[in-house]
Amino acid sequence: MRDRQLAPGIVAGRIDAAALQGNFTDLHPPLDDHEALVAADRCYFCHDAPCITACPTSIDIPLFIRQIATGTPEAAAKTILSQNILGGMCARVCPTETLCEEACVREAAEGQPVLIGRLQRYATDRLMDKGVHPFRRAAPTGRRVAVVGAGPAGLACAHRLAMKGHDVTLYDGRAKPGGLNEFGIAAYKSTDSFAAREVDWLMQIGGITLATGQRLGREIVLDQLRQDHDAVFLGIGLGGVNALGLAGEDREGMRDAVDFISELRQADDLSRLPVGRDVVVIGGGMTAVDAAVQAKLLGALNVTLVYRRGRDRMNASRYEQDLAASKGVRIVTNATPIAVHGNGAVREVEFEYSDDDLRPTGERFRLAADQVFKAIGQTLEGADLPALDGRKIAVSDRGRTSLPGVWAGGDCAAGGDDLTVTAVAEGRDAAEDIHATLMAEG
Amino acid sequence: MADLTTNFIGITSPNPFWLASAPPTDKEYNVRRAFEAGWGGVVWKTLGEAGPPVVNVNGPRYGAIYGADRRLLGLNNIELITDRPLEVNLKEMRRVKRDWPDRALIASLMVPVNEDAWREILQRVEDTGCDGVELNFGCPHGMSERGMGSAVGQVPEYVGQVAYWCKKHSNLPVIVKLTPNITDIRKPAQAAKEGGADAVSLINTINSITSVDLDLFAPEPTIDGQGAHGGYCGPAVKPIALNMVAEIARDPATAGLPISGIGGVTTWRDAAEFMALGAGNVQVCTAAMTYGFKIVQEMISGLSQYMDDKGFTSVDQLVGRAVPNVVNWKDLNLNYVTKAKINQDDCINCGRCYAACEDTSHQAIAMSEDRVFTVKDDECVACNLCVNVCPIEGCITMERMAAGMVDPRTGEVVREEYANWTTHPNNPGRCAAE
Ligand SMILES: Cc1cc2nc3c(=O)[nH]c(=O)nc-3n(C[C@H](O)[C@H](O)[C@H](O)COP(=O)(O)OP(=O)(O)OC[C@H]3O[C@@H](n4cnc5c(N)ncnc54)[C@H](O)[C@@H]3O)c2cc1C
Ligand SMILES: Cc1cc2nc3c(=O)[nH]c(=O)nc-3n(C[C@H](O)[C@H](O)[C@H](O)COP(=O)(O)O)c2cc1C
Ligand code: SF4
Repeated sequence: MRDRQLAPGIVAGRIDAAALQGNFTDLHPPLDDHEALVAADRCYFCHDAPCITACPTSIDIPLFIRQIATGTPEAAAKTILSQNILGGMCARVCPTETLCEEACVREAAEGQPVLIGRLQRYATDRLMDKGVHPFRRAAPTGRRVAVVGAGPAGLACAHRLAMKGHDVTLYDGRAKPGGLNEFGIAAYKSTDSFAAREVDWLMQIGGITLATGQRLGREIVLDQLRQDHDAVFLGIGLGGVNALGLAGEDREGMRDAVDFISELRQADDLSRLPVGRDVVVIGGGMTAVDAAVQAKLLGALNVTLVYRRGRDRMNASRYEQDLAASKGVRIVTNATPIAVHGNGAVREVEFEYSDDDLRPTGERFRLAADQVFKAIGQTLEGADLPALDGRKIAVSDRGRTSLPGVWAGGDCAAGGDDLTVTAVAEGRDAAEDIHATLMAEG
Repeated sequence: MADLTTNFIGITSPNPFWLASAPPTDKEYNVRRAFEAGWGGVVWKTLGEAGPPVVNVNGPRYGAIYGADRRLLGLNNIELITDRPLEVNLKEMRRVKRDWPDRALIASLMVPVNEDAWREILQRVEDTGCDGVELNFGCPHGMSERGMGSAVGQVPEYVGQVAYWCKKHSNLPVIVKLTPNITDIRKPAQAAKEGGADAVSLINTINSITSVDLDLFAPEPTIDGQGAHGGYCGPAVKPIALNMVAEIARDPATAGLPISGIGGVTTWRDAAEFMALGAGNVQVCTAAMTYGFKIVQEMISGLSQYMDDKGFTSVDQLVGRAVPNVVNWKDLNLNYVTKAKINQDDCINCGRCYAACEDTSHQAIAMSEDRVFTVKDDECVACNLCVNVCPIEGCITMERMAAGMVDPRTGEVVREEYANWTTHPNNPGRCAAE
């Protein structure tokens, strides 16, 4: 086994199948009944609770925890899902340490927040395992809405619209719905095909027609969608990636982190997925951490994550950084890539240390690399979109764009963090505004 | 979602959760917010006679008992009836009832034991449009020193007398609120029924001293170095209240008398338990005072989920369902033989069951060198103490021995048929078995 791990280059099967399986199980295993009761018991049922305010979808957290404590996790799930239809995924992927759990008063009191995320998973799993969909579609309104992008924003928007009785066509350029839930989120956060199962469960509301392989700007165009529908919602995420702008960026072994992650998420057999022995990840966000950790879990021997600014400026939370460190990822900060060396394939990446304002120090170093993942940010892609605000679609607080009848939300829209839960909130709120608008039109 | 609409002695409310007469219902501001939060009804804070209102102490009026993690388990109070003028309360009640016609609004009353006083107050509250009256014969402190509250509730003749006056001088449904500070709760309930009351509600608070300040040598809450006994309520009193409700529900003399269950109701489950024992609805005070009005949402969702799971379509199908199963000790089946069983997968090896059984019970748990705890069936009397002290719910269970097996403790074959003490050979007064 050892020699496989030491083998240079990008090869598959660096560690055995059992070890792989262990590496990619749930990062946080589900709570059992006893654990859930003990965890729920710690909630103080705060008044106007700070955790609710900290949740972008404003889930009534004290209420759902009380419902768990009193033995009705199904009622708890309904409390969660009525605010956040992807409450199951959010329970797995939300950086709770910077959202609800950071705000928990027990974090202030004891440095130990109530395990809100894991309790949320406990409740939603219970309901979904029963195959119950707790919402019913209102009588059809006859209104037709096009939702473009079947990621968290589009799914949340489509569900809320369908629930209100509108007919929704949910377009996505890919062959599978789910967006980054399906293609982006770290594998150990969404195990057991959860993303796909959640979409199937969500679609039980009825009234949503899924049209995959339909890409805006390719099979479908915005003008036509606007003509054919009463409203359009854009939840197309960020399809492009930023380039480093270095010579040698196209050398073999250089890759966008999101592509690597997407391939990993879709792989049936991780022991056939190749990974480098010496992996370098460039970036400081969630994508960089996820690529680094998963490369390590796949069996890469040395994984180094290099970020150009200081640790406190990294987009990945402290918790994510510690997670990476605990898996054996080395984090180097204040270093900017300046050259990719190698003959055909990458052999080394050269960096220069810089200060927090990115001023070069003149101190340089090289890292051995047979695989390099670029994770320096994603960008909005597409022509003929509504007006932009910076590099994203400009929206009002209800998701209205510059084009009448066109709303947008999620990563593609300006404002808010690029998080699953934020995308859900924006999709849901846009749906409410679309509904209000369509009904006001009479 | 099951329909929780409740009809209690002709008073309908969207759910069976009422706020008990107490600070949460002391004024319009509170009651409006309670209704907005979803409460089905309120019993307004007890009104007294016209004239200068009572005064409350100006020092602390509550004491508390805590469980682990400072969870409030019991509350004690020395508060009196409303200390706001009668006229103000009546005006507010009228306004609230007008704006919330679908919610129950009950006037709680306490005036001296004389017919004129009751007639007078009844006429005044009828004007508010309230749905009924509750006679507060329960308050165990302060008012009882003045011959009211529990001083009335402890004398069944007075209870019956006042109930009678109220029915005579008013058309409103009359609920008699009972004090638990009495030896046999059935007696005042019978008296209430005989007096013509439409229902009883119970329990009011229990006489208590929550704690003693060991520096001041005075009971808490302490007022200027002294304290008085107060009324105890909250989760800690629920078992006492449940029993009293059941006693009335199964007493032939009062069977069928509607009961409003009060005492420690904190979750939907507590409420369902009261209802199963015969309460047509429940009233809540301490839980609202501890967690705020919002807790009613959990009660509503929990009870409807439970009813859906059980296939109940109306709360009536739950009310009283457990009453036939409340029996006297002598009626219990002595051929029902169980043994404790420790699930080794769930056991965390704390040894609490061992300490409890070895030191204080029947030495029926074995502990191995490597801390594995197992039940000795030949010693286990099935007392349940190990289950009660185990920190992991469901880890220790009581397993029934099938008929035909030999109980290793007694060496006797477990019998299929039901047999109780009345026919047991050891009972000198046994009746002949058939
Ligand atoms: C690697 C990675 C890890 C992450 N980890 C986390 C995490 O742990 N926790 C967290 O909260 N957030 C995480 N995020 C962020 C989170 O995934 C996103 O914020 C979220 O998915 C945004 O949702 P969305 O619906 O706006 O876009 P997306 O999820 O990107 O979905 C957009 C959808 O639109 C489709 N689409 C795109 N262009 C077109 C077009 N032209 N025509 C038709 N369809 C189109 C796409 O196929 C896709 O299905 C992570 C992101 C990445 C990249
Ligand atoms: C502070 C306080 C004041 C109360 N005042 C009244 C009252 O004025 N009239 C009354 O009938 N009961 C009064 N009670 C008793 C409650 O209505 C209720 O019967 C009792 O608290 C038990 O219910 P619980 O365990 O839900 O609190 C009072 C209770 C408390 C805690
Ligand atoms: S609860 Fe309110 S009234 Fe009572 S002591 Fe505290 S601040 Fe004062």
